[in-house]
Amino acid sequence: MSWFSHYNYWIVIFLMMIGLYIVICRDNLARKVIGLNVFQTSVFVLFISIGAVRGATAPILAAGFTEYANPLPHVLILTAIVVGVATTSLALALIVRINEAYETIDEDQIQAMDSDGKPWNI
Amino acid sequence: MLAATAVALLCVRGLFVASMLTGIYSLLSTALFVLLDAVDVAFTEAAVGAGITTVLFLAMLSKIPSRSERSQAFNFQPLPFLVVLLTGGILVYATQDMPEFGDPKAPANLHVAPKYIIESEKETGLPNMVTAVLASYRGYDTLGEVTVIFTAGVGVLLLLGRKRRRVLGESVEE
Repeated sequence: MSWFSHYNYWIVIFLMMIGLYIVICRDNLARKVIGLNVFQTSVFVLFISIGAVRGATAPILAAGFTEYANPLPHVLILTAIVVGVATTSLALALIVRINEAYETIDEDQIQAMDSDGKPWNI
Repeated sequence: MLAATAVALLCVRGLFVASMLTGIYSLLSTALFVLLDAVDVAFTEAAVGAGITTVLFLAMLSKIPSRSERSQAFNFQPLPFLVVLLTGGILVYATQDMPEFGDPKAPANLHVAPKYIIESEKETGLPNMVTAVLASYRGYDTLGEVTVIFTAGVGVLLLLGRKRRRVLGESVEE
């Protein structure tokens, strides 16, 4: 096992941890969605890098090629990308709605408004 | 470069800048997918990830006045950083058991993938294996994906169409 044979996993983990840190630390809800997107993309890269084969080409049959990359992760990630956009759009719609109700998208301010016992402006 | 953009995403202040950087981040990951021989994924990521997501973010920003962004610089918080570092360390430790990058003998490349590669053209008549698997072998997955998109669309409409409907309802009552 050579030292750099796992560097794809390290990149994935680095991106993943950045996404996690954004989700934990940022109070702004829109930024949390961005963090989730970063995390999501890192999972995509993980799957695609698992499917990559040394010396292979894209999985489209062509004359002169016998080695192809694994098509199964590609299919899964195609589905995941589209589903990810669907969930992102839902999250952003929720943020817009929260902004209408609270007039802020900052988590601390929302919690402060929730705990002061005033009726909601929904 | 992808990692650099992610770090910039972590530190940048304005929401508009952040959403633009998200688009750049998607585009860079597209380039990475092309390098890893996943051309279909790259197409989808470029169209959907870099295109539609950025448009969605801009649409959201247009609905949210910029005053709601509290101007806060990036502030370092030690406890979450520690948690993140610990999780990352455990994950790096776990990668020792993972197969090497590009290994044709990795378990993921041995199970059903050879069958798809060898027989998909005979069985479905499509030269593109990704399309063959997506539309033929795993067609139910795609059906489920369509269900998810439909549900998300209904959810967005319910969330954002509510106010208008209430106004309409009040005018009918009057």
